[in-house]
Amino acid sequence: MHGLINRAIQCFLGDTYGAECWSHVARVAGVEPGGFEAMLTYEDALTDAVLDAAVDRVGLPREMLLEDLGTYLVSNKEFEALRRLLRFGGENFLEFLFTLDDLPERGHLAVPDLELPDLELSEDAEDGFVIHCRGGWPGVEFVVQGMLRAMADDYGALALLDVIDRKPGRATLTVSLLDAAFHAGRSFSLAAGGR
Amino acid sequence: MNAVSESWACAALVGLDGPALGRLMPMHLYLCPEGRVRHAGPTVERLAGGNLCGRPFAEVVTLRRPRAAADMAGLLALAGLPLKLTLAAEPVLSLKGLVVALPDGEGALLNLSMGISLLDAVGKFDLTLHDFAPTDLAAELLYLTEAKSAVTGELRRLAQRLNGARVSAEEKAATDILTGLGNRRRLEATLKQFLGQGRPFALMHMDLDYFKQINDTHGHAVGDVVLCEVAERLTDECRVQDVVTRVGGDEFVILAVDIVDPLRLEKIAQRLISRLENPIQVEGIDCRISASIGLSVFTRHSAPDPARLMREADMALYESKGAGRARVTVYIPPEPPAGGDPG
Repeated sequence: MHGLINRAIQCFLGDTYGAECWSHVARVAGVEPGGFEAMLTYEDALTDAVLDAAVDRVGLPREMLLEDLGTYLVSNKEFEALRRLLRFGGENFLEFLFTLDDLPERGHLAVPDLELPDLELSEDAEDGFVIHCRGGWPGVEFVVQGMLRAMADDYGALALLDVIDRKPGRATLTVSLLDAAFHAGRSFSLAAGGR
Repeated sequence: MNAVSESWACAALVGLDGPALGRLMPMHLYLCPEGRVRHAGPTVERLAGGNLCGRPFAEVVTLRRPRAAADMAGLLALAGLPLKLTLAAEPVLSLKGLVVALPDGEGALLNLSMGISLLDAVGKFDLTLHDFAPTDLAAELLYLTEAKSAVTGELRRLAQRLNGARVSAEEKAATDILTGLGNRRRLEATLKQFLGQGRPFALMHMDLDYFKQINDTHGHAVGDVVLCEVAERLTDECRVQDVVTRVGGDEFVILAVDIVDPLRLEKIAQRLISRLENPIQVEGIDCRISASIGLSVFTRHSAPDPARLMREADMALYESKGAGRARVTVYIPPEPPAGGDPG
């Protein structure tokens, strides 16, 4: 698993549940004392061990923990770079949804060896969308769910998200866009370091 | 090309209204035959600071490459060529452009693009994605720039951490764990450094006397304390620029910088020995040791050969040991004409 993802999990656990929680998880899972390096790659089994240890320690179901991780990645200041990169997808949440299909390619443009799930958006019968999520690692659909929920909030949109179907290697999410301009959302300027 | 498209190639194809033209090309200037702006795209008006209609193009843009143009004839002579230009209102913002003549002498269409100055423009004018045509790669360029700087930042931090780890690993690898002095690795590196700099110095090879008896009688734990005390006393006696190393069980090598006079060196060595002969107290035991020393000297005239220096100091130490304990010998190189082969 790419170090960026491992590093994200590390920061999430440390920021949300405290440094003590992370050092416990790292010890149980057998992570090197210095923690994860964002630009190195690690065995998938190590990431699994970290998530198992975190679930044990925090006492939340894995799904919820992963969803919170997704929300954290978009909303935490430390990961502002990621939020900005996602916001380049469009001027509003709907435009952003339409660029989800490009997400793996966009990811590769930034970090060529970063593995992201394939996301395919299709319009649902009742004014909503269905996102087919394929590949990636087990449970990635919950991270996607958390990220999309946080992105909707970022754009000021009111949307309902659910994971409705899970099979090994693929999952389906539903998105109901209730109000595209529910509130002002967070500011975004195309210029780096902008307001 | 078939007959139909060939005939279309010569005819005027599309008639567009201003807003449509503006969406397709947000940075266009539609010029009438006299060279005045008939219509301008919304983004170019934003950059140029307001309504441009009716103004002569030469007051709005300044052609830089391939050459300046002040009237329509000059501008249309550049039709189809890649242009470099700036806005009169923003002379530092470098733009790219292309001009084409309109059919029937109806004027010209000049389309502009920001190229690499996009990054400055976006910050300065707080542009949004809607200021660009969706077909424009502006968003991708901005995305890539930010992604690149985020990744480069991570890599730089990684390189710094790795470099820190390397420095500390090298430091550890060159340190004697017991005494904290440098070890043989440090000695070799420093020797190489001094020889490379051509810096004169003395190499002092010291072997402790009676140390084996302390180890045998009182055990290694006591012996270790004695070695640490020796290290401390040697460091204390030497100057900060000198390098004190432990290169074997009870063997030490000191590099004394800028001292090459044999008499002075002998005095220093004697002082070291008498300092070490002060009894060392370990858990109530009076440990008495001494030391034998052999010295070799590197001056600007000697060949920068570390092995030779070590060998000469070894020979001198051997002589000190042979002459009894607590002796100092400075290696004197044989006189070149009379002494024969020095090797």
